[in-house]
Amino acid sequence: MKGVVDPGSLPTEAVQILTPDGTIAPDADRAIDLKEEDLREIYRLMVLTRRCDEESTNLQRQGELGVYCPCLGQEAAQIGSAYALEPTDWIFPSYRELGPALLRGIDPADILHMFRGTWHGGTWDFRKHRFAPYCVPVGTQPLHAAGFGIAAKLDRSDVVVIVYFGDGATSEGDFHEGCNFAGVWRAPVVFFCQNNQYAISLPTARQTAAPTIASKALGYGFPGVRVDGNDVLAVHAVTKEAVRRAREGGGPTLIEAMTFRMGPHSTADDPTRYRGAEEVESWKRLDPIHRFAAYLERESLLTGDFVARCAGEADEAAARLREAIVGAGPPPAEQLFEHVYAVRPPVLERQLERLRRLQARGGEG
Amino acid sequence: MPTITLAQALNEALRHSMRKDPRVIVLGEDVGRLGGVFRITDKLQQEFGEDRVLDTPLAESGIVGASVGLAIYGFKPVAEMQFDGFTYPAFEEIVSHCAKFRSRTRGILPLPIVIRIPYGGGIGAVEHHSESPEAYFAHTAGLKVVSPSNPADAFSLLVESIEDPDPVIFLEPKRRYWIRAEVDLPVANGLPLGRARVAREGTDATIITYGPCVRTAEEAAEEAAADGVSCEVIDLRSLVPLDLETVKASVRKTGRAVVVHEAQVTGGFGAELAARIMEDDFLSLQAPVLRVGGYDIPYPPAKLEDLYLPDLDRVLDAVDAVLNY
Ligand SMILES: Cc1ncc(C[n+]2csc(CCOP(=O)(O)OP(=O)(O)O)c2C)c(N)n1
Repeated sequence: MKGVVDPGSLPTEAVQILTPDGTIAPDADRAIDLKEEDLREIYRLMVLTRRCDEESTNLQRQGELGVYCPCLGQEAAQIGSAYALEPTDWIFPSYRELGPALLRGIDPADILHMFRGTWHGGTWDFRKHRFAPYCVPVGTQPLHAAGFGIAAKLDRSDVVVIVYFGDGATSEGDFHEGCNFAGVWRAPVVFFCQNNQYAISLPTARQTAAPTIASKALGYGFPGVRVDGNDVLAVHAVTKEAVRRAREGGGPTLIEAMTFRMGPHSTADDPTRYRGAEEVESWKRLDPIHRFAAYLERESLLTGDFVARCAGEADEAAARLREAIVGAGPPPAEQLFEHVYAVRPPVLERQLERLRRLQARGGEG
Repeated sequence: MPTITLAQALNEALRHSMRKDPRVIVLGEDVGRLGGVFRITDKLQQEFGEDRVLDTPLAESGIVGASVGLAIYGFKPVAEMQFDGFTYPAFEEIVSHCAKFRSRTRGILPLPIVIRIPYGGGIGAVEHHSESPEAYFAHTAGLKVVSPSNPADAFSLLVESIEDPDPVIFLEPKRRYWIRAEVDLPVANGLPLGRARVAREGTDATIITYGPCVRTAEEAAEEAAADGVSCEVIDLRSLVPLDLETVKASVRKTGRAVVVHEAQVTGGFGAELAARIMEDDFLSLQAPVLRVGGYDIPYPPAKLEDLYLPDLDRVLDAVDAVLNY
């Protein structure tokens, strides 16, 4: 009917290249635009991510971290998307993006310092890695990405920015504003939603009445695409398209990667209170690393030697991570007063003096 | 008498209010099926159903803004903010609407909304989970600001906040959720909302505080007593309304006052207390009112938070200072 927009008419199926058993989907309409060494590198990064993630959870269970937010099960969504970027592009994470961080060469210990409580936001060099601090207030960082994208556009730079967030984040007002700003300026932004089916206890169906999260893009005047988030090749392909469009001046894209948080929301969470074992089991069968490994094997790209090397390297990284984190102390208390303002005001000088006196006394006593 | 935690007392207060008044509904993130991340709404959805315990989308402005509409319709919403630091997206709805509707509509559309906020530090959390935003709200005319320090008050103050005709910011001292006390429910003959409590009687100095720091102040008073110093501890229970009479009566007796809170001192509620005491009772003061609170820095990472939180040492230091002025 004239003037009517019908949510029922929107597509809900996801782009797929690999079926869960690792064969090429019969209706795959995206080519695999990756060289053999890229495919191996993607595999390596996925394995590394899983191993470091597992070690982080262990470290929390052993009391070395206050809390941790695992990304188990989301490796394809994270690595497939970040791999589509140029090293000069910027990444704005939420608090679960271990994969993209590792891809950018960030030392995972620099992430865990935040979860250990030695410093906020992460301790990597944000400019060097072009990777913004971890962002805890849900849904706020899409606006930062929009602003960054607008800046790139105003500066006639060809930098693209990707922002990661969850299904829950799409309910926040800031998410809407971020998409709208980016849309109005046709800014080079890729909005990447990992729809891992839950925002803590709330399933996505209760988060939004929209047929898909991807369909929300229509309201902002740019394309949206739903992709099988456990299919690393499909994720890479759609992100690559979005990045290219952004770089060529075509504006933003909203990608919805359908995946599953296999672990708890955070180590403080008990998921058995809100989801059944069957659901978890059904997603286990869709494991992103197994799927990709099956494909690589079929293509004779995965020798036993390479698999062992990746596993060994991941174990070593996990061991280094453990070594860096166990017992790590915070910086001296002065640091707390150091960067509140560019120039420390007198009131902070006085307070720091008082703190030093108390500490000195504590040391004696 | 049964022993319950502060968290359980809040849960019981919600249950009690919901049983009594069908207009009371609870809404927030993860409050239904999960029972809230601190389990304050545990099993409420089971008892009252999904129409009275609403798991909302992840949007704090949405939760409070929708509460405004629900209240205009005739419900009594009890909204949960998951953590103090996530109240800020709702700031506009709280300050621009919750606080001002009664006045704007000359009393035609009051908003009996309770906004529950687990607040304060000391639980080893990541950033944004340890804030003390009470001064923002106390500064905003039209809002009541309440903070219990113990299980009995948690029950009675929450029940009264829900019955209150005005919007109430209800600050729950999250690091005290697990403290226990013997409480007979429902709490009867408690002090009404708006009255402070003398948590401990004393004659030499008055420690004025609220929420999580009441415990700290009581422990400090205990320690001071061992040194022969008698401290009176006032638990405000609500910042707005402020029971200045109880505060002044104590200060007139002791002549010395120390205010303690976790929030940073600059622009904090302690400044308000110091000013009020000075304005009304300047001549009964033997020493300036001192404040013990957070430093003027963002709340520190977990491993450094003990340096930030007022502890016995810092409270006793201030007590010494007002005594030796
Ligand atoms: C503004 C804000 N509100 C609430 C929270 C508490 N919280 C942390 S994560 C989370 C759920 C997020 O779900 P989603 O966006 O789907 O991402 P996921 O955690 O599943 O990756 C909530 C409610 C927060 N961090 N920030």
